Amino acid sequence: MANDSRREEHWARTKRLMIITLSIWFIFSFVVHWFANSLNAFTFMGFPLGFYMAAQGSEVIFVILIVWFAWSQHNIDKDTGFAEEE
Amino acid sequence: MKGAFIDNLPKVYGLYTGGFLIFVLLMAVLEQMGVGADTIGILFVAFTILIYAGIGWLSRTMQVDAYYVAGRQVPAVFNGMATAADWMSGASFVAMAGGIYFGGHGYLAFVVGWTGGYVLVASLMAPYLRKFGCYTVPDFIGTRYGGNLARFLAVVILVVASFTYVTAQINATGTIASRALQIPFEVGVWFGLLGILLCSMLGGMRAVTWTQVAQYIVLIIAYLVPVFWMSNKQGFGVIPQLVYGDAVMRIGELEAMYNMADLPKITEGVKGGLRALSVPHAAAGESAMSSWKFVTLVLCMMAGTASLPHILMRYFTTPSVRAARNSVAWSLFFIFLLYFTAPALATFTKLQVLDPNLATGIIGKAISEVEALDWIQKWANVGFLQIIDANGDGMLQLNEFFMRGDIVVLATPEIAGLPYVISGLVAAGGMAAAMSTADGLLLAIANALSHDLYYKIIDPKAETRTRLLVARILLIAIGAAGAFVASLKLTSILGAVAWAFDFACSGLFFPIVLGIWWKRANQAGAVAGMLLGFAAGSLYLYWVAPAFLGNEPWLGIDHLRFGIIGMPVSLIAMVVVTLMTAEPDAETQAMVDEIRVPVGETVIDSSH
Repeated sequence: MANDSRREEHWARTKRLMIITLSIWFIFSFVVHWFANSLNAFTFMGFPLGFYMAAQGSEVIFVILIVWFAWSQHNIDKDTGFAEEE
Repeated sequence: MKGAFIDNLPKVYGLYTGGFLIFVLLMAVLEQMGVGADTIGILFVAFTILIYAGIGWLSRTMQVDAYYVAGRQVPAVFNGMATAADWMSGASFVAMAGGIYFGGHGYLAFVVGWTGGYVLVASLMAPYLRKFGCYTVPDFIGTRYGGNLARFLAVVILVVASFTYVTAQINATGTIASRALQIPFEVGVWFGLLGILLCSMLGGMRAVTWTQVAQYIVLIIAYLVPVFWMSNKQGFGVIPQLVYGDAVMRIGELEAMYNMADLPKITEGVKGGLRALSVPHAAAGESAMSSWKFVTLVLCMMAGTASLPHILMRYFTTPSVRAARNSVAWSLFFIFLLYFTAPALATFTKLQVLDPNLATGIIGKAISEVEALDWIQKWANVGFLQIIDANGDGMLQLNEFFMRGDIVVLATPEIAGLPYVISGLVAAGGMAAAMSTADGLLLAIANALSHDLYYKIIDPKAETRTRLLVARILLIAIGAAGAFVASLKLTSILGAVAWAFDFACSGLFFPIVLGIWWKRANQAGAVAGMLLGFAAGSLYLYWVAPAFLGNEPWLGIDHLRFGIIGMPVSLIAMVVVTLMTAEPDAETQAMVDEIRVPVGETVIDSSH
């Protein structure tokens, strides 16, 4: 059934998007903050960078990341014919 | 009628926002005419609660779909606002800036965790649960894995996590109500509960949704206006969130100047709950242990966010799967507006207290002079603030000034010399934040008990009327239990809040995620994952929490982070037991395939 191969493609692309999204999430949730002390040696917009990333930087990136994720997932749904009718 | 309401949402809430702003201006005029601060505070809190109760009354319903999932017609943007109000509790509103004030960089782990968790909600959970079409989170567990035991365990974990959280919220409504309305705390708690029940009892999820949108608008105005006003009045900058970098740097200099690291810690005679500054503002620890403590707290708060049923169930109310995804983005945006303001507020408040070059600075001044200040007297009288001249030199040192974190939000208007109307606004905002979260939590608990325990397990033949009656009786009973526990004043607000996240992620995170992403996951595995994860986390909490056995934390994993113990146990138990038992039947596997694509009917039919 053609439906099955479309389903497989949809799920493969969905999984790939999830992995990319969570990789970016992992970097800005954990990696960046692990090195906060070293990052504080740099200045960004007048802030010590390590502090900035925890107070504002990671949060800005999370908002952008979810918007991008929602947009990309909708494109996958549309391309493979699994988007809902509006 | 209902359709017309949904179509006119922007107009309705636009008018509401305008009306609220006019009310604030009216209060400002009354203040100028000499009406007392107490009266203005009472008017603010009473007026807003009356509005919420009105919305609750207008949203009353006798339909199951409307009661449990607001008829699945809440647009993404408005669901985003409702989720933001549902999410931001009394702790976020009142205690977060104070936490950053005292905890500096280390405390920001909460801010990172409570925002980044939404990435997990968007990518792993919300769209799939929406497609599934369940009414509650245990409904998903029970249907996906089958069997009453799995459903029952999910209900137990939900109740423990949410109840821990809701007592803190009812406590917060009681604190604010008692201060604004000048009634005793024990009465304030029951008054707060009454307000909460008025919003949720008659209309369930539908009523909670539309009151939460209204509460978000009040709370975000109440949080942002004082910070912008303070920043502009004190000459810090037009947009405070973007310009506090210099203030962060300056605090670093002042900490060195006052020799903060070497000042002796004074404990004698300090009132309960009060602290002096002792942790650097921006500097992060150098050791791997401090990095470890930061990231473990972030992980627990994120996984907890993605497992707390009162948040997940908000995404059951959108009209489509796509709207559920977009709605997560809106939710995080609306939450972000408050969360990226809190560090700015904490920084500017600290600078105003510390910097001798500013008129507001008090450290380094004569104690007699400081004690003559209005705001110092007012908050010292209610036990929120204390000055102890430990070295007897008559001057105020950094380690001699004690306060409660809550002051950072509550007293900003007074420290910066803003009119009293702003303090009334802040009280209304704190009330909105605590009430909206309490509503969501109470409804999550009552719905799980009425739908999953009563209807699905005890009496599957129950009539709609009976089901909704049971749901409402449970709501009142659980609210009363929460208010009773809150009136005993057992825990500080924030300890309990972090615990709710740890309970939720220990027991529910992997059973939900793997139920969607691992077709092989089966009933025995899910039961083992929930039972062992939740038990391991809870036992570790009992072993480590200062309130219980109080043992030395293992690898720095203290009572705020016990999800770090619960989650791996849950994952391993679930994977091992699943692989040791038979794979789920073809019907279940087909069901998982079906929730992975947005198109088509919900998996559970809408009249279940």
